[in-house]
Amino acid sequence: MSMQASDTTGARTAPGPVLRADTLSKAYGPITVLTDVTLDINAGEVHAIIGENGAGKSTLMRLLSGHAEPTGGTLAMAGTPVAFFDAVQAEDAGIVLVHQEILLAPDLTVAQNLFLGRELSRFFAVDDKQMNRRTAEVLARVGSTARPWTVVGELPLAQRQLVQIARALLDDRKVIILDEPTAMLANDEVDALLDIVRNLRAQGVAVLYISHRLEEVEALADRVTVLRDGKMIGTWPAETLDQRQMAELMVGRELSMLYPPKREPATAEPVLVVEELSVDHGKITGSFSVRPGEVLGIGGMIGAGRTELIEGLMGLRPSQAGAIRVGGTAVTKPDVKALMAAGLVYLTEDRKGKGLLLNEGLGPNLILQAMDMINPRLRLDRKKETEAVKSAVQDYDIRVRTLSIEAGKLSGGNQQKLLLAKVMQADPSVVIIDEPTRGIDIGNKSQIYRFIDDLVRAGKACVVISSELPELVGLSDRVLVMRAGRFVAELTGDDITEQNVVYAAASSGKDTEGRKRA
Amino acid sequence: MSSAEIATLPESEGFKIRWGDLAPFIALGVIILLGTMINSNFMSANNILNVITRSAFIAIIGVGATFVIATGGLDLSIGSMLAFVVGIMVMAMNALAPSLGPWAIPIGALVALVVGSLCGLMNGLIITVGRIEPFIVTLGTMGIFRALITYMTDGGSLSIDRSLRNAYRPVYFGDFLGVPYPVIITLVIALLGAFILYRTKYGRRVTAVGSNADVARFSGVHVGRVRTMAFVIQGFCVAVAAICYVPRLGAATPTTGQLWELQVITAVVIGGTLLRGGKAHIWGTVAGALILEVIANVMVLSDMVSEYLVAAVQGAIIIIAMLAHRFTSPR
Repeated sequence: MSMQASDTTGARTAPGPVLRADTLSKAYGPITVLTDVTLDINAGEVHAIIGENGAGKSTLMRLLSGHAEPTGGTLAMAGTPVAFFDAVQAEDAGIVLVHQEILLAPDLTVAQNLFLGRELSRFFAVDDKQMNRRTAEVLARVGSTARPWTVVGELPLAQRQLVQIARALLDDRKVIILDEPTAMLANDEVDALLDIVRNLRAQGVAVLYISHRLEEVEALADRVTVLRDGKMIGTWPAETLDQRQMAELMVGRELSMLYPPKREPATAEPVLVVEELSVDHGKITGSFSVRPGEVLGIGGMIGAGRTELIEGLMGLRPSQAGAIRVGGTAVTKPDVKALMAAGLVYLTEDRKGKGLLLNEGLGPNLILQAMDMINPRLRLDRKKETEAVKSAVQDYDIRVRTLSIEAGKLSGGNQQKLLLAKVMQADPSVVIIDEPTRGIDIGNKSQIYRFIDDLVRAGKACVVISSELPELVGLSDRVLVMRAGRFVAELTGDDITEQNVVYAAASSGKDTEGRKRA
Repeated sequence: MSSAEIATLPESEGFKIRWGDLAPFIALGVIILLGTMINSNFMSANNILNVITRSAFIAIIGVGATFVIATGGLDLSIGSMLAFVVGIMVMAMNALAPSLGPWAIPIGALVALVVGSLCGLMNGLIITVGRIEPFIVTLGTMGIFRALITYMTDGGSLSIDRSLRNAYRPVYFGDFLGVPYPVIITLVIALLGAFILYRTKYGRRVTAVGSNADVARFSGVHVGRVRTMAFVIQGFCVAVAAICYVPRLGAATPTTGQLWELQVITAVVIGGTLLRGGKAHIWGTVAGALILEVIANVMVLSDMVSEYLVAAVQGAIIIIAMLAHRFTSPR
């Protein structure tokens, strides 16, 4: 396979690129998030940008659409250098970014949203008739069935996404940037959206298409640019890459020595069994089990529904389960407290928003969850609390100047260790950790990996949700891959590779089962 | 880190004065100093006891409000609720007086405590089960309680039976070793409140829910129960205040407790409790109630400012307190 970057463009219309970025870079203070990205986009072309979470895709989009200013490099439109002070300037120049999240006012009508901030008026009054008429035209262009006067809040998500695209098309655009437009759509809605993008291409619009889903990229793109760790890996004509090759280009790195050696396969009876769990009214479903002495990894792209599945299991979201058994105890009405009593705890991915009381000290944070298990009386046991803080600081190596420090003043790594210590106060037999090392430095990372290893070697079970592939592969004895709210693959032994995870998480899933490199 | 190192870690960053927490007490001291300079009668034992006694109602209700506000809630219905509880209690005592004599007083007080707690429970359940903003719910119940007391008094007043007056009078006007009963009751309620808030698991959960309800939920805390319980405590405190209030005027009227909610919330907030929840100061609330009453007293004793402007000065105080907080807090 030729992995040489190609400069032969797949342009359908002749005269040069509509938009060209030359050695574009972005740094926030000393931290560089994007380095020397050079790419061009032609009229009537779909140019896909792919990369792992954190590869710099969003940053690139923000630079191209005027939402952020580059710290290096230049932009040119049709050969003329341009610089955008803000998104409005970029839109005036004909470049528009359609955000991944729905940014519409839910209480306004479709037409009101489309014309928000640029309402048409006639004799000092807004001209609803004219706006509704033009809205109807542009809605028809994107194939939306919504009416101009429908209130946006009443539309299903997919229709809202279309309204958002329609807004981008209201004025004639030269370049449309779609950031994960299918992230929230169901399969048939995705097909409809792909048709709309093809339609735009046929109308001569240049489309920059960012997606995690490789089969969409394969089906749609004329050219593919791969980003990794903020660097540009290259641009290829789409027909020269298949999904597996794309996945390999996205990953492209090796395991480091960060991770503890793998353990012997666990054979004991499962300590946690979850059957037919259905979360958010069936949007996310899954069954899984984990054995003592095992690390079960749950992989998948952000938004695949992994966190939601676990939050549903913990009773933190509307959910229904066929059966949940923790260490032989059947839990009929799961909530955090009942599951903790049975031996299951969950460590949230959002340590600042859902994990720790940032204005409180170590003690209140440490004992908040397991308070009733440690101490059955109504009264607080301050002495026990201080003891618990001291042993947690030691056992989990939480580095503090003073024991009276507020949790919000700890570093990310120390906060994570405090959170780990907090859920471990209940002495659980199964620990579910969501993004165990997000945003913490490498030293703390390896410590947390060691804790997890110690935990399972002591006969406990651990479920790790991670978007960091090396971590998922380095820690897990078994990996379940989730995609669009369903488990699509189970990997064991030597099949646990970054490529296999990415492939299962991002591809159509038709032939994921144990596929090896050709 | 070795255990030896842990042992040497300071448990706190030494003795560091937290000016923010002391602010209400310092302000109280300054106002008292001013009062002494303006009028020598201010420091007379009689006047001081009188002021403290008069502040008892706001302080007692304020202890309950501290709980509600610490969970991130707000109760606007407390003034009307007080009037309603007073009305019910007077009616109960009057009905029982012929058969029970003076025993009607403790039974009536018990009825008040139950009714007050139930009123709080109702507020709490509508807010947590119905998932409605506390502001809206208590705005509604404020109107309901106010209308009920107006209806019960038929627009006039509802007086306590003559036969009970002498027996009941000491609850407000009497004293124990020179300390008026309302002051003792305030102390007991504040001590109890401080114990619950700072020394029990429930108190820990109150501040946890107020500082971040999501964290509490993810830690298995039943957020709704904690919030509801805070409103029950509030109702109970209102009932205690009602029990002290009746012997003072001997009647319930449609204006009983009117606008007290504003005074109570002012006392809580200038006492250092955060209106958005998560940080609660029971003793600060008591100091806040004293500040409001002392200011009113100083203004009455001095000839410089008309006493009609008392409410204006109290209103200014809450704004000044918040501004001071904004500019002294590190964030």
